[in-house]
Amino acid sequence: MSENNVLIEVKDLYKVFGPTPEKVLPQVREGISKDQLFRETGHTIGLKNINMEIREGEVFVIMGLSGSGKSTLIRHFNRLIEPTSGSLLIEGTDVLSLNAKTLQEFRRRHVSMVFQHFGLMPHMSVLDNVCFGLKAQGVDKNDREARGRQWLRDVGLEGYDTQYPVQLSGGQQQRVGLARALCTDAPVLLMDEAFSALDPLIRSQMQDQMIELQEKLHKTIVFITHDLDEALRIGDRIAILKDGEVVQIGTPREILLEPADDYVESFVQDVNRARALTVETVMKPARDRITATTIGAALEYMKKASVDFAFVESKEGYIGSVLKEELEEAVAADAKVSDPLVPEYISSEASVEESAPIESILTEALQSPHPLPVVDDTGNLEGVISRNKLAQLFQAPDEEKPDRA
Amino acid sequence: MSVWNEFPALSRETLVEMRKSLDNAYRGFTREYGESIEAFFDPLLQFLIAFEKLLLSTPWWIVLAVIVGLTFAATRSRKLSVGVLVSLIVIGLLGMWEDTMSTLSIITVSTLVAIALGVPVGIAMATSNRFQSFATPVLDVMQTMPAFVYLIPVVMLLGIGKVPGLIAVVIYAIPPVIRLTNLGIRLVDREVLEAADAYGVTRWQRLFQVQLPLAMPNIMAGINQTIMMALAMVVIASMIGVAGLGQQVLRSINNQYFALGLLNGSAIVLLAIVFDRVSQAYAKRSQAHLRGPGSE
Repeated sequence: MSENNVLIEVKDLYKVFGPTPEKVLPQVREGISKDQLFRETGHTIGLKNINMEIREGEVFVIMGLSGSGKSTLIRHFNRLIEPTSGSLLIEGTDVLSLNAKTLQEFRRRHVSMVFQHFGLMPHMSVLDNVCFGLKAQGVDKNDREARGRQWLRDVGLEGYDTQYPVQLSGGQQQRVGLARALCTDAPVLLMDEAFSALDPLIRSQMQDQMIELQEKLHKTIVFITHDLDEALRIGDRIAILKDGEVVQIGTPREILLEPADDYVESFVQDVNRARALTVETVMKPARDRITATTIGAALEYMKKASVDFAFVESKEGYIGSVLKEELEEAVAADAKVSDPLVPEYISSEASVEESAPIESILTEALQSPHPLPVVDDTGNLEGVISRNKLAQLFQAPDEEKPDRA
Repeated sequence: MSVWNEFPALSRETLVEMRKSLDNAYRGFTREYGESIEAFFDPLLQFLIAFEKLLLSTPWWIVLAVIVGLTFAATRSRKLSVGVLVSLIVIGLLGMWEDTMSTLSIITVSTLVAIALGVPVGIAMATSNRFQSFATPVLDVMQTMPAFVYLIPVVMLLGIGKVPGLIAVVIYAIPPVIRLTNLGIRLVDREVLEAADAYGVTRWQRLFQVQLPLAMPNIMAGINQTIMMALAMVVIASMIGVAGLGQQVLRSINNQYFALGLLNGSAIVLLAIVFDRVSQAYAKRSQAHLRGPGSE
């Protein structure tokens, strides 16, 4: 994912609210505080020095509490709000240089948006709502309704065409909102707290549906949320916003494990890390990998490396782990050192998948006396999860710091 | 005499002079432009006359059938349609059919004019805060100034007749439709408008596909109020030559015909009730989807 092109580029974006924003901009650039600016000039800082690059096909989450400017920021991407200064490139188009006509065209084809309270037209049927963007594009009725029905099917609302929004539940309404956004085939999808107004169960269903759709569609999604769990769950990268400034941009792993400052840290403290992190984000490279085919060769390696277990691999991939103790017992009984390393000496059960959440492998990992091998979906050994590493993960951040040094 | 006992008014001569010069100025304006203004309103007069003729020359049972048919088409309510039928039959039996048709025609035309002028003005008010702050006091004056007062300049300009009557009715009745169009458009959910903008609609698409349909309940309420006020104005307008039920009421005031006044007054009330119920039922039916499930 990281090698994909940059699709959206935000540079030095400032937004000041008030009667004469341009006049106070120099003061804002010099770093005057929000309170002081308001006291002296009556202006409010909306966004301050925003710089970010969003890559093609990624889910980029912008996270912040209310008042952090996240909803203001997302409205700059399709210029529902005009910035005070800065630049914004989407697919190479300088969005801020568009005139009224070209901006309309840009909004029709290049970005679509999903709203917190759905923003559906209450006087239009579900199908007309889904086709709203296509109608603005000037697609003819038969064509747009065929496409609209297709998208309704894809979001699981087949047969609801003639209903009106009030007749649907919140979750269904937001599916209509999502279908409307996808219907225009815009490469960029803006989602403004799209799932925040839904109750928790429906919210997680919608998140699943979005992840599922995204696997097929590979849109570039800018997703706004105030919920860190949601951000960690769906985001490829996350930007954390505070008082109109970006505090940190990083992958979920970086946000959780390397918070940039106390603010981010206080955020991530309450997160259920076992659910938020997957095995691959905390695994270590596997040492002690052997390709031995005999008992003797395996024992020899373990003695040399002074370890009491090893991972056995073949050309085809990972086979399992062997214990020094077990092999020695076998030799002491009746096996010869030149005997082949047959499957009965190798335990292949205790391996975990790299994409599994930590939560699901926790018991296994804590019960196993040795690090658990992690395999990818083609069966290759990718790394190991040790109890030590897991313990560090769940340590309170304050106690963790001295260990790092 | 001290200024503390009696208000120090301007001298009588000054006041007379002031009124005279204002009157003369307006009279001059009337002489200069009266004819061209009259010519300007001529198409309206022709339309008004043609419409009244149509109602009066068509056999009564056809008019009755059309009105009841329209009521049913608009409301889909049998009860209401029967009510309208009975009301009109009673009016006819009591000998007021022709006057009622005259009143009906002027109410219909003045309501159409009020909608045609009022809705665009309301839209302009909703679009521009500056225009709103200018128009609001004007509307306040139009609604509070006694109707007789603005009859004077209208009559001076256009004389006595149907058109000045129509203008007086429209001035009196137009404020609700303007105010409620403005209000209706301003109350449209911000997020819905943002959504429309986000999908790249033009200003006209936004107005006709989103703002006006969503403002419709309020606009309909405004139209309903406008019709009611137009009916209330019918008696006053009859003072400057508008034929119809109002003129009979005026005659009974002058001659103290209590029964005649009561009958014609009741006919106005019946018309008002018919217009009110029909327009409200229509509005309700056309907005059914805005309410929750099970409303249809």
